[in-house]
Amino acid sequence: MSAVYETVIGLEVHVQLLTEEKLFCSDKAEFGALPNTRVCPVCLGLPGALPVLNGLAVDLALRAALALGCEVHETSVFARKNYFYPDLPKGYQITQFELPLATDGALTVTTDEGERTVRVRRIHMEEDAGKLLHDRVPDQTAVDLNRAGVPLVEIVTEPDLESPAEARAFLLELKQILGYLDVSDCNMEEGSLRVDANVSIRPVGATELGTKTEVKNLNSFSAVAKAIVVEVERQKALLDAGEPVIQQTLLWDEVVGTVRPMRSKEESHDYRYFPEPDLPPLKLDRARIDAARTSLPELPTARRRRFVEQYGLPVYDAGVLTASRGTADFFEELADAGTDAKAASNWVMGSLMELANQRGGEVSVLPVTAEDMAELLALVADGTISHGTGKDVLALMTESDRSAAEIVEAEGMAQVADEGLLEAWIHEVIAAHPDEVRRYREGEDKLFGFFVGRVMSLSQGKADPRRVNGLLKTRL
Amino acid sequence: MSIREIREAFNAGSGGPEAALEALAKIVRGESGNGSLNAFLCTVPEDALSEQAARAPTGRLGGVPVAVKDNLATSDLCTTCGSKILEGYVSPYEATAVRRLREAGALVVGKTNMDEFAMGSSNENSAFGPVRNPVDLARVPGGSSGGSAAAVAAGYVPVALGSDTGGSVRQPASFCGVVGVKPTYGRISRYGLVAFGSSLDQIGVLSRSVVDAAEVLGVISGHDPRDSTSSEREVPDLVGACSGDVDGLVIGVPEEYFPDTLDVQVRARCEAALERMEAAGATVRRVSLPHTRYAIPTYYVLATAEASSNLARYDGVRYGFRAPEAASAEAVYCRTRSSGFGAEVKRRIILGTYALSAGYYDAYYGRAQRVRERLACEFADVFAGGVDVLFTPTSPTVAFPLGERVADPVSMYLSDVFTVTANLANLPAISVPVGEVGGLPVGGQFIGPAWGESTMFRAAAALERAMEGSA
Ligand SMILES: [Zn+2]
Repeated sequence: MSAVYETVIGLEVHVQLLTEEKLFCSDKAEFGALPNTRVCPVCLGLPGALPVLNGLAVDLALRAALALGCEVHETSVFARKNYFYPDLPKGYQITQFELPLATDGALTVTTDEGERTVRVRRIHMEEDAGKLLHDRVPDQTAVDLNRAGVPLVEIVTEPDLESPAEARAFLLELKQILGYLDVSDCNMEEGSLRVDANVSIRPVGATELGTKTEVKNLNSFSAVAKAIVVEVERQKALLDAGEPVIQQTLLWDEVVGTVRPMRSKEESHDYRYFPEPDLPPLKLDRARIDAARTSLPELPTARRRRFVEQYGLPVYDAGVLTASRGTADFFEELADAGTDAKAASNWVMGSLMELANQRGGEVSVLPVTAEDMAELLALVADGTISHGTGKDVLALMTESDRSAAEIVEAEGMAQVADEGLLEAWIHEVIAAHPDEVRRYREGEDKLFGFFVGRVMSLSQGKADPRRVNGLLKTRL
Repeated sequence: MSIREIREAFNAGSGGPEAALEALAKIVRGESGNGSLNAFLCTVPEDALSEQAARAPTGRLGGVPVAVKDNLATSDLCTTCGSKILEGYVSPYEATAVRRLREAGALVVGKTNMDEFAMGSSNENSAFGPVRNPVDLARVPGGSSGGSAAAVAAGYVPVALGSDTGGSVRQPASFCGVVGVKPTYGRISRYGLVAFGSSLDQIGVLSRSVVDAAEVLGVISGHDPRDSTSSEREVPDLVGACSGDVDGLVIGVPEEYFPDTLDVQVRARCEAALERMEAAGATVRRVSLPHTRYAIPTYYVLATAEASSNLARYDGVRYGFRAPEAASAEAVYCRTRSSGFGAEVKRRIILGTYALSAGYYDAYYGRAQRVRERLACEFADVFAGGVDVLFTPTSPTVAFPLGERVADPVSMYLSDVFTVTANLANLPAISVPVGEVGGLPVGGQFIGPAWGESTMFRAAAALERAMEGSA
């Protein structure tokens, strides 16, 4: 008989900070440069070179810590984590250990299972390592040190998550927050967000935690959820068979969909942490911490709630619109410019997001401002153009810098409200379809739509459908 | 010639590269054949030196030939740290101290031999052979800046740069009969100084006179944005300080530095020096620094712990020596480091790795840090109690014969007993010749309060004058 278990998950999330320069030198931290072209004596670990802390990276880490409700420490200390690996130029990574930047935060996430408050144990700053390239030189491993020294924060949660869905929701929420703060773009493909999951299970009702394993190499949000499911099943099978779960580090294999243990050599490190003597303790005075706190933007949760209350939007709309700060800003400008909030929401979630997706970005990548959009929606609202024509005008707006009014004018897209012209089109349609007219008059009501369609098509879509409706009724 | 004389001739346009070319000629002559000191690991070619001289700006060190310890990065000469693992390595950038020398008009004539990665007190740990003491070729010059001390003592160059982690400038200065100074930690940028014990390392100067040391120290000191541990404090006028009198100066003499086991002759020279200082107007006060007895173990725990991490980068992956025919990354590490490092370096890496390892950190590294803090407080209290500067012997003995202590690392470590405290307490210290024992030089050490280089130079220059007066 299989026991009933509950799952306990803690996450360790590495996030790349959006600074222009690396953490301890002035090389560019950009992604995608030719190997070993963004390096200098400091990040190469050349003899005699010394690290100098990038203050902008500290500011970003500070914002992240405050947004996650952490206590930021006025003194934190950089430490050396010692181990040998070919991608680690100095033979140690500069990180924070005993005295991290911040501790004791929390983040609340919502899933179908309800709300869950996840405690954040600590946030610390550290430098990234380089990258090993196994496919560049036949039979040899090459090293690219462009990433070496890129600034990261590591965010460590308490084991408060209880399902893969919650883990995924936590990561999505975290990504949104860090995006709002301009702290990180959390792009997993480019390695700017990396996740390790600590997973254990225990019989329902047990108070002690089960033995945990650490699952690494999770390169997408869906990989996180899939790997946790697989690992939980593996642990359940072990316990059901009366075998113990062994504490170890596992690698997720995305292709096969399994986890495999790291070689024991890979994990049997004694990192010999000690305070980094080349960097004085990081001092953040209260004033700097308070200033950073007051400069935080409204965060996604608060904004979602406000969109529902202030604009009367459905919860779903509020969630979609606030997923990125740029989109939420766009919507809000549009709504505040006098556009009906629900109409604005529909347009942003519909046509605008579709056009943005085609360009591989968010609404903010489109060359259309909220002001331009408000002008367009005013034309739809006052009947100058139809809803459908509005979409066409919008598409044209993204291809040139013409305003909605200019496009409608130049392309002759305004609806025709001139009764004479409408009468002529209706007359022509009625004359051309005597059978349908007879059947309609004998009670076949659904044919009304047929006549509207004919008139609209004769007008090449420019006839004002409301007027067409009215006139048709009287003429038929 | 003194720095002032060379500078005045050079800056007036009548000197040119003469002083530097003469220094180079002396080095080339002295370093060839039997009886060579083996003080240099590489020298600048003559035509390159002339070119350098032609481009050199006038300045505080205009035309002055300088030798530089081989653990300071120079872009035109080797930077090997006396190690096979860096044999042939040329740095793509220059140490801030070296750059400042050049900007002041100095001409770097060569890189000096040293104990491998500055680990040693006799210069016998160089992968490129020991340095000999110019005073007695059968004896060691001290270490680890033995090549720099020998080069100055032999008269090749008026000044040389060294580095001092536990006495590596002052002890060889004492053994070779020259002046050696290490300033307050943070006074000189460490950027480009190849790290041994980062929290203890400071660049220092060896010279034939106190004022020449002050001249060079004044040029290379001061904040450097590339070294976060370098101080933003203003650099005082050290040359001016050298002409100050010592009337009323209170010299503290810590009893722990004059133990019963101290060589009687060394003691006698130091006591005589103190008498001369009193004659010049200073007051001598006996003081106590009881934590000094823990200094050697504390120093060797901290220095080796930091070294074990600092030397991890020499792994054969990116630069320097790589063991041939290693099939895996792990084999590259093991073989490169096993055959690339010398015995003393490996001994210290193992010691330091142990001191930092899980389960031992608190007992060793943690405790040593606390003793270090206690020791620094003890010094601060003595200075706060009215002592202007401390005076001690620089080393318990004069230069010992080559080979004498090679087989006994602990006796070698104990030769640092009077010098390591200044590094542990981050204080400035200077060694000045105070006479000879059996033809071998004896050095006396002044230790100043933190950032108190002015007072220290004032005392050292006064002692130098008093010693000259007696000669
Ligand atoms: Zn760099």
